[in-house]
Amino acid sequence: MYSLIAVIILFLLAYVGVKFPGGEVFFGIIIPYLALIIFILGFINRVIDWARSPVPFRIPTTCGQQKSLPWIKSANIDNPSTTGGVVVRMILEVVFLRSLFRNTKCELKESDKISYEWEKWLWLFSLTFHWAFFTVLFRHLRLFTEPVPACVQLVAKLDGFLQIGLPGLMLSGVALLAAVTFLFLRRILIPQVKYISLGSDYFPLFLIFGIAFTGILMRYFTKVDIVGVKEFTMSLVTLNPHVIKGIGGVFYVHLFFVSVLLVYFPFSKLMHLGGIFMSPTRNMVNNSRAKRHVNPWNYPVKIHTYDAYEDEFREKMIEANLPVEKMIAPETPEEPEEKE
Amino acid sequence: MDTPVDIQKGIYSYAANPKSVEYVGLPYPRQWNPIEEDWQLPENWKEIISKGFRERLDRFRSVKVFMDICVRCGACADKCHFFIGSGDPKNMPVLRAELLRSVYRNDFTTAGKIIGSIGKNFKKIIGARELDLQVLKEWWYYLFQCSECRRCSVFCPYGIDTAEITIMGRELLNLIGLNIDWIATPVANCYRTGNHLGIQPHAYKDMMDFFADDIEEITGVKVEPSFNRKGAEILFVTPSGDIFADPGTYTCVGYMMLFHYLQEKYGFDITWSTYASEGGNFGFFTSHEMMKRLNAKMYAEAKRLGVKWIIGGECGHMWRVIHQYMDTMNGPADFLEEPVSPITGTKFENAKSTKMVHIAEFTADLIKHNKLELDLSRNDHLKVTYHDSCNTSRGMGLLEEPRYVIKNVCNNFYEMPANTIREQTFCCGSGSGLNAGENMELRMQGGLPRANAVKYVHEKHGVNMLSCVCAIDRAALSSSMEYWVPGVEVTGVHEMVGNALILPGEQKRMTDLRSEPLPGMEDDDAE
Repeated sequence: MYSLIAVIILFLLAYVGVKFPGGEVFFGIIIPYLALIIFILGFINRVIDWARSPVPFRIPTTCGQQKSLPWIKSANIDNPSTTGGVVVRMILEVVFLRSLFRNTKCELKESDKISYEWEKWLWLFSLTFHWAFFTVLFRHLRLFTEPVPACVQLVAKLDGFLQIGLPGLMLSGVALLAAVTFLFLRRILIPQVKYISLGSDYFPLFLIFGIAFTGILMRYFTKVDIVGVKEFTMSLVTLNPHVIKGIGGVFYVHLFFVSVLLVYFPFSKLMHLGGIFMSPTRNMVNNSRAKRHVNPWNYPVKIHTYDAYEDEFREKMIEANLPVEKMIAPETPEEPEEKE
Repeated sequence: MDTPVDIQKGIYSYAANPKSVEYVGLPYPRQWNPIEEDWQLPENWKEIISKGFRERLDRFRSVKVFMDICVRCGACADKCHFFIGSGDPKNMPVLRAELLRSVYRNDFTTAGKIIGSIGKNFKKIIGARELDLQVLKEWWYYLFQCSECRRCSVFCPYGIDTAEITIMGRELLNLIGLNIDWIATPVANCYRTGNHLGIQPHAYKDMMDFFADDIEEITGVKVEPSFNRKGAEILFVTPSGDIFADPGTYTCVGYMMLFHYLQEKYGFDITWSTYASEGGNFGFFTSHEMMKRLNAKMYAEAKRLGVKWIIGGECGHMWRVIHQYMDTMNGPADFLEEPVSPITGTKFENAKSTKMVHIAEFTADLIKHNKLELDLSRNDHLKVTYHDSCNTSRGMGLLEEPRYVIKNVCNNFYEMPANTIREQTFCCGSGSGLNAGENMELRMQGGLPRANAVKYVHEKHGVNMLSCVCAIDRAALSSSMEYWVPGVEVTGVHEMVGNALILPGEQKRMTDLRSEPLPGMEDDDAE
């Protein structure tokens, strides 16, 4: 609830704000630059902070057969025994959300049977969300490059291959909006997900919804002056920023939402973008018995030595015909205190 | 997170006995009771936890990353056996991690500090909260309702491992003397006598002599295991549960018969140790340091006895420690040699640094090379299924070796449903030191998903024997089967090997290792 209010306030702030004198410079130039700087520095800072902590133990989660005897087929991707295996595992994880693909749903059937059925929707919509977001972002390069690279044009062409309406409908925008809606609905409709959701889970959803929504609004409905926008964005890229008149309030809302997302990013769970690459249970080779892993802070500890052990039990050991290092000296040492 | 913690009988385990805590020199030993208001905490406990938390963030990238990147997608929620069995929302893995995460956000993140300075009510939005006595109690209650099985970690899109969170949480609790007795006392025992049960050397040997008599009665063959013998080629370490707790003892009998067979046929040279008489490591459930202190005995004993390499018995978390921690903590084991099977000549390349081989790997290799004479019909009264132990499946990947052994020693083997085995296996419900008596309700709740899958094959195929490679499993699943699936018993893999193995010079066997009549030998009382 707070999150929704926050996003609405942000909307009004930008929409009304640009109408004030200097508002366009503030929301169009100062805030976006600032946001980008915070994003980049914040992101780097967070990754460096993670990297500063060592990985003392080799703790991959193994999801398949280990490499042991030569005649047993090992699962080199789900239980990587080589760096190549890890690379493939990570690619599958990052690009196709491999682990989420395994998702099951636990249900009680026939009153006493627990079943675990494959649950593909979370995976499907998460994948859609991330790919759609990426595609939209990639298409936006056309606003920041001159001439526009061929690959960007190609993606835009593929994205709009349905050729519905004018301007042509981009699938990614619709997919993004649909996926965000799904992810939001499951947060409020599935009881356990609702229970675990925090304000900081809803906020980015609303924000991204707002970004996609204002984007679609500009493209298909208010028909923003795209030439003006491009002139403006290019002025930002070439570090020669100047305001173009008459682009319209919705554009500034869009830009402001994106700026807020950029600032929010490094301080929030959105950092999973960077974190996934550093997750020790996924990015390590399972070869800890074949190759020694070194812990940089390994320190000596107090242990109960064999000698101390034999000293305590020597008499009993000799009696039981167990080999000992030292035979008992003539003056038998006192029986150590029995514990408990 | 707002619901106050309600510590319930049947779920919580008793507080650590101060004598045990003191024996190993852990801080703040004292008599305290979880259901009393006052936990007799040291005055500066908040400071201790906060300092400890900082230290661990700086030492373990896993903790730091896992604190930051969870998106609360909820994929882990219904993967936890304790959540499935209890329905308590706080048993969802994500919330177990949020126990620590909420305090982490409040104390260690920029966002938490900024939001916290605006006002207390805003903290809730980002899920931050201050560590107070209530939160501490919630930590304790729920961190001892996790068996560190890592099933949630398989499904997490970032591989967030709740076991890692629980391990850190328990380390922090131990800094202020808040362990449970079923962990603390085994740790103290293990430190002193070499094993969790506190078996002294002479009693250890007595017990094995007793098993030897059993073997002689059943097979007519006298086996003579050796102990603490210098110059042996191989050291054998197994969990002490195999020596003292049924039905693990039959697994121990199985090892003894196998070693005897190999000795007679091929001159196999192995010794047991009373000093390193524990494979399991309850230190792992206390702290990384305690784990290292207990584990050190294996290499120390191997060095003292001058063996070439080590074989480890059937145990779950013991193998997680050996596979993922031992060499790093207590290695390099440069005084040992790379393991080579003296019988088949197979080099165990996968263990060339740690120099310790799992007995299922060892036996599978023997069977593959036709080195064992087996009579499978002696297991014909068993319809067997196999329970993957959490740690060997998700912290190692030992999936096929035990299956290969089982399929070669018995005729009737049936798998449980795919989503309940291998890397998706369910915990027995009592792992990571939760196998006490007073928390039986928790254990039966946690054991439900596993038991339910066994029930399925019990009804469909008439399965009557649940096999496993873990000592805690053998103890815990026995109770769980008795409660949920009467008619199914529990066995170790090497008990079935012992049943099938034809010892040189043995008499005609009338019974299996449990002294129950073999099929066709039921003379008077047919089942």
